[in-house]
Amino acid sequence: MRYSGFKVIKEALTGHRGWGPAWRDAAPQSSYDYVIIGGGGHGLATAYYLAKEFKQARIAVLEKGWIGGGNVGRNTTIIRSNYLLDGNEPFYEFSLKLWEGLEQDLNYNAMVSQRGILNLIHTDAQRDAFIRRGNAMMLNGADADLLTTAQIVARYPFLNVNDARFPIKGGLAQHRGGTVRHDAVAWGYARAADQRGVDIIQNCEVTGFRIENGTCIGVETSRGFIGAKKVGACVAGSSSRLMSHAGMRLPIESHVLQAFVSEGLKPVLPGVITFGAGHFYCSQSDKGGLVFGGDIDGYNSYAQRGNLPVVEDVCEGGMAIFPMIGRARLLRMWGGIMDMSMDGSPIIDRTHIGGLYFNGGWCYGGFKATPASGFAYAHLLATDKPHPTATAYRFDRFAKGLMIDEKGMGNQPNLH
Amino acid sequence: MLINHPLLGPRDASEFVYKGDAALINRPDPDAPDALEQFIDYGYLRDNPAGAHRELWFHEQGDRSWLVVTRNTLTHEITSVELARDVARREGRSK
Amino acid sequence: MTQVNRLAGGLIDRSRTISFRFDDKWMKGHPGDTLASALLANGVRLMGRSFKYHRPRGPLSAGSEEPNAIVELRDGARREPNTRATTAELFDGLTAQSQNRWPSLAFDALAINDRLSNFFAAGFYYKTFMWPAAFWEKLYEPIIRRAAGLGSLSLQADPDSYDKGYLHCDLLIIGAGPAGLAAALTAGESGLNVILADEDSLPGGRLNAETFGLGQQSGSDWAAEATERLAALPNVRLMTRTTVLGAFDHGIYGALERVSDHLPVPPEGKPRQILWRIYSRRAILAAGATERPIVFENNDRPGIMLAGSLRAYANRWAATPAPEIAVFTNNDDGHRTAQDLKAKGVTVAAVIDTRPDAPKGNGYEVIAGGTVTNTSGRLGLTKIEVTDARGTRRTIRCGALGVSGGWNPNVSLTCHQRGRPTWDADIHAFVPGGTLPEGMVVVGAANGRFSNHTALTSGADAAAQIATELGHSATRPDLPQAEDTPLALTPFWHVKGAKRAWVDQQNDVTAKDVKLAHQENFVSVEHLKRYTTLGMATDQGKTSNTAGLAIMAEVAGKSIPEVGTTMFRPPYTPTAIGAFAGRARGKDFRPTRKTLSHFWAEEQGAVFVEVGMWLRAQWFPRAGETHWRQSVDREVLQTRRSVGICDVTTLGKIDVQGADAAAFLNKIYCNAFAKLPVGRVRYGLMLREDGIAMDDGTAARLAEDHFVVTTTTANAVTVYRHMEFVRQCLCPDMDVQLISTTEAWAQYSVAGPNARKLLQKVVDPEFDISNEGFPYMACGEITVCGGLPARLFRISFSGELAYEIAVPTRYGDAMIRRLMEAGREFDVVAYGTEALGVMRIEKGHAAGNELNGTTTALNLGMGKIVSANKDSIGAVLSRREGLNAPDALRLVGLRPVDRSKPVPAGAHLMTRGSPVDAAHDQGYVTSACYSPNLGHSIALAFLKSGDTRMGEILRLVSPLTGVEHDVEVVSAHFVDPEGERLRA
Repeated sequence: MRYSGFKVIKEALTGHRGWGPAWRDAAPQSSYDYVIIGGGGHGLATAYYLAKEFKQARIAVLEKGWIGGGNVGRNTTIIRSNYLLDGNEPFYEFSLKLWEGLEQDLNYNAMVSQRGILNLIHTDAQRDAFIRRGNAMMLNGADADLLTTAQIVARYPFLNVNDARFPIKGGLAQHRGGTVRHDAVAWGYARAADQRGVDIIQNCEVTGFRIENGTCIGVETSRGFIGAKKVGACVAGSSSRLMSHAGMRLPIESHVLQAFVSEGLKPVLPGVITFGAGHFYCSQSDKGGLVFGGDIDGYNSYAQRGNLPVVEDVCEGGMAIFPMIGRARLLRMWGGIMDMSMDGSPIIDRTHIGGLYFNGGWCYGGFKATPASGFAYAHLLATDKPHPTATAYRFDRFAKGLMIDEKGMGNQPNLH
Repeated sequence: MLINHPLLGPRDASEFVYKGDAALINRPDPDAPDALEQFIDYGYLRDNPAGAHRELWFHEQGDRSWLVVTRNTLTHEITSVELARDVARREGRSK
Repeated sequence: MTQVNRLAGGLIDRSRTISFRFDDKWMKGHPGDTLASALLANGVRLMGRSFKYHRPRGPLSAGSEEPNAIVELRDGARREPNTRATTAELFDGLTAQSQNRWPSLAFDALAINDRLSNFFAAGFYYKTFMWPAAFWEKLYEPIIRRAAGLGSLSLQADPDSYDKGYLHCDLLIIGAGPAGLAAALTAGESGLNVILADEDSLPGGRLNAETFGLGQQSGSDWAAEATERLAALPNVRLMTRTTVLGAFDHGIYGALERVSDHLPVPPEGKPRQILWRIYSRRAILAAGATERPIVFENNDRPGIMLAGSLRAYANRWAATPAPEIAVFTNNDDGHRTAQDLKAKGVTVAAVIDTRPDAPKGNGYEVIAGGTVTNTSGRLGLTKIEVTDARGTRRTIRCGALGVSGGWNPNVSLTCHQRGRPTWDADIHAFVPGGTLPEGMVVVGAANGRFSNHTALTSGADAAAQIATELGHSATRPDLPQAEDTPLALTPFWHVKGAKRAWVDQQNDVTAKDVKLAHQENFVSVEHLKRYTTLGMATDQGKTSNTAGLAIMAEVAGKSIPEVGTTMFRPPYTPTAIGAFAGRARGKDFRPTRKTLSHFWAEEQGAVFVEVGMWLRAQWFPRAGETHWRQSVDREVLQTRRSVGICDVTTLGKIDVQGADAAAFLNKIYCNAFAKLPVGRVRYGLMLREDGIAMDDGTAARLAEDHFVVTTTTANAVTVYRHMEFVRQCLCPDMDVQLISTTEAWAQYSVAGPNARKLLQKVVDPEFDISNEGFPYMACGEITVCGGLPARLFRISFSGELAYEIAVPTRYGDAMIRRLMEAGREFDVVAYGTEALGVMRIEKGHAAGNELNGTTTALNLGMGKIVSANKDSIGAVLSRREGLNAPDALRLVGLRPVDRSKPVPAGAHLMTRGSPVDAAHDQGYVTSACYSPNLGHSIALAFLKSGDTRMGEILRLVSPLTGVEHDVEVVSAHFVDPEGERLRA
């Protein structure tokens, strides 16, 4: 069934009886060509692009809970491609381009809203670094714009410029950045994948891999064994737990990142803004909530919740730049488990086990990567070759000393 | 969170700085024939368990002790706190 | 307007009458009122508009669970959007505006949405607005955004202040209803250190809203007396107007105390609110229960309220929404509303009880087995349509309808960690389940035990148990006799066949939406919530979640617990962002560190710059200088010509002492240190264990067993932490001690050809600082100014003959004044960080822009200093192939081919003639400046194979800033490449 304004009107007039399930609840078959583990954004996107771009027929997505319940449903919804390093920028720009055509492709309005993202500059050294980054973005075909403080104040007249502890010396903007309705991404991919025959199997937890002669031939699940020619792991914060079933240790730690939303307010923030002298970034959802966050709590955790010090730190950052939000109320805080990698960049690669593939290490940048991650992973699964924009995302980059370290923080995941 | 410092008693976790898995104490022998491989494992691979985790915290806003804290990553329950120096000695590190 | 719906009695202070304004009407109320109770007393039921359909709404509740009666409180910069009228305490002069309506509350243009509601079913926006793609940002979204949102921010800085505080207790009791009071009396009289917190201004909880007696007293009198007894106990801290908002790890709770919200403005010197972090050994959750409505056609009209809230308004606030009410209930509790309001003189038109075996009315009609099947009254309820057990419909006139679908225990705080509420089939509600926060016990109604008797006894029992566990002998207070009525309820969630029946009133989620979600396979509770937005409003679904689950269970053919459970996240009620930030805002966002020459530099009119937490003098403008470059050029030229002084206190300083100090530094630095003689300084490069450069600085050997290490300003803290890690975790038996002395010494760089002459005037004469006696890279402990201990290092960042002199902090201010005075005859100049930067770029020294966390010793041109003869941190991993590629980046100098052009930092480098794109990127400019000595711009850059490309002309491109021209690759040492000056 195609969604359209016409269809919405027709259903409104006929009691909404015509809407069918957005996706089928499939029961597991005994085997598939491809089994994707993880019904989050990346897993569902992978299945969709496998089905669409690579014409693979028998595909299943296994989800231990309900689809979209992990980080795709818990993030602060930002999309952007403002990366510095050549290992990253083409990939994220590819992702941004996929976002730009996503809704028409999926026939699902995920509210991709390119209202822009702005990184504030506070020191001369930061300006140098942002100019280098902006240039790298443009040399990779992305857009970037260096704004003066006056230009920023025109957009954010309530920004604290005069009483700021750390002065605002301009900003690096990417006008094509923005936000997307996060849950809709999972549902849109699920619906589109389902329409192409992908089996989405919820409440199906993978408990082990069946590996024979160095090759993975399927997965043990809470709903029985499911055979597969190729198995793709795509479980973000649960990566280490899952891959330990295959005897693998990963260059990943799991950390909790908190996020926050205020009560609904009439629109005040035009786009996404980030405050680097503190730890604070913020946008305003279409519903009116200020959606904001900051740093990870900083300790290994699989609990989807954090603690007060980080809540306070984030709100301090918010008040530092927007002292007018003091009387807005924080409505809800929640946490997600981030697969923090050793250099802050992801992995999309084969493993040393035949037929077993891995996608993870997204740190807290996974949401914006969803389309490209799915596309590149599907490419790898289908062709056994990395997608041209994802060639650097290899396991062996650490052994070879080819880290992709945007922040220059080294092999300590909680610093990325 | 509260960390029960072996010398100072319970202290708020915000006084501390976190580093990571206490396996970082076990720095490989740089003279071993496979030193590079060992250092790559040491530097980049982590158990990252869902459950008990031995980890390093530094009492930066305090007495500057490094501690080995055993904490459950699912519940955040802390079951033991030791001075990292004692742990390091016990695990055979010296000079 | 008079208080037409004011009743007799109540706990308000009738001796005083106060005025308040809602929209453009001034009205009267009494101290003790909330805004909602005062409005009701004044005959106002309409207080807000719903989110999506802009339906007229009045209060549903009398507490913090309120979804509908939310307003913009106060004016100007203090405007507070989305404030619950049901908890806003009335004060004289209070002003409030209705929100989310235009042009007025009574006539709202967007109420058209209500007429079009068929088009706005759950999730409709996911299915449309896709064509053409560009229209989303340009057309659809702006319309949606303007229509969405609730209240508006003032856009002015919050004028009030917020504090933070820390409290410790044996026992935190959350909720001062009968259970909490009984627990507090028990724990307090047993000697525990107790905090009792309640969100209300008046302790007592439901006791203040009910007419039950406790012993011989009224409930509210008993609560008042208990409060007095607690106030007399020094070990009990009673915190009213304090909401415990979250349960965090290890017994830590966050709580918000509203210090001044009940006042027009905070009293002088007082904050608006205080965020408390409460460290508790144990906690008792006595948070009570929240009544839940029944879902039926048009169940959202102003005047339709929770039955218990009608009682609360009547009994506590002496107000009723209307002189004639009805009640719709599935349980006996609803009948109490009829009795209490009747006793207050309100006409009870009927009690519609869904149970065929409903109890008989006591002076009012009971329609047993009946349901409310529709209501009328656009801006306020006028009548209800009732269908009785036989299916006969009739209309009953009433201005208010009390609805009771039973009570939900307030389990919120039990879910903040690992708790997952479980379904209790006896009381038809979720009760605390799963693993509760460590040390938490739940009592009374919050635990699903609803009578006053069980509230009192379970509170006292839990407190006694905790007292015993904590080593006290438990003292149980005498508790009064209290009602112990069993719960009499037959579940009834929604009236079948209702078309427009609200489940979540604030977010406008109807029963139909829940059914549509099921039809579209959004069945799991999380999908239901996210697809329909059920429970996502400012009340977190306190009054709506259970009904939503019940309807989903019914259409899915499952039981309620099979569909899922209700979960809550912190904060318990929405909390001002300003409170979480506290005093950390404006200039106080972070501490400011000032150097010891700060006040002197201020006197000189210095311009300061933020360097981390530090403020440093950036340059010292002089009269007539109109551009910063003039000042900086002068400072550089004068330093290189004669002598200049710069405060370098901010560099990290770490004292390293012990027999193994040299061996320790040998481990820390990648270059060799073991053989550094006493009295000498060496440059040191530290690597991270991953082989990347971490920091650089110097180490001065003051004695065999004593070194002073310097770090960059930015890395002072992390280097110290790293060194302690190596010391304690990797080399625990080394005899070495570390201490940061950054704040202990004030340190000045004295640089330039006349530096020695200047210092000779300050250093005591017994110390030989001639070039022979104190050569380049010498160091020593000396005295200055006639016996003042100091340290002198002959090191140079500028490339000049230079020293750094350190004196104890308390002499820092005197020292800069003495140095400047001594230098007057040499035309000494004070220079700031800009001139410092220019001189280090001229000299080709790496700094923060080059040590950016991705560069190696090789990149920095120091590959050869990494000692292969010893183990040092980072040595092994620095040998990885990718870090040693033939075309690795190398630090080079650049100068513009056209000398008038800049060489801006952040620009990228291309081979001439190659395409300008990422694939052909050759490197980037790290640091740049105008060199007054050379008369043109210069820069440092990382360039692929840069060491082999001297003299090559490259294309410098900065598309971001519109710069593109040719530059020449040169040595990074622009000034004095042979180092003759610094050895002079």
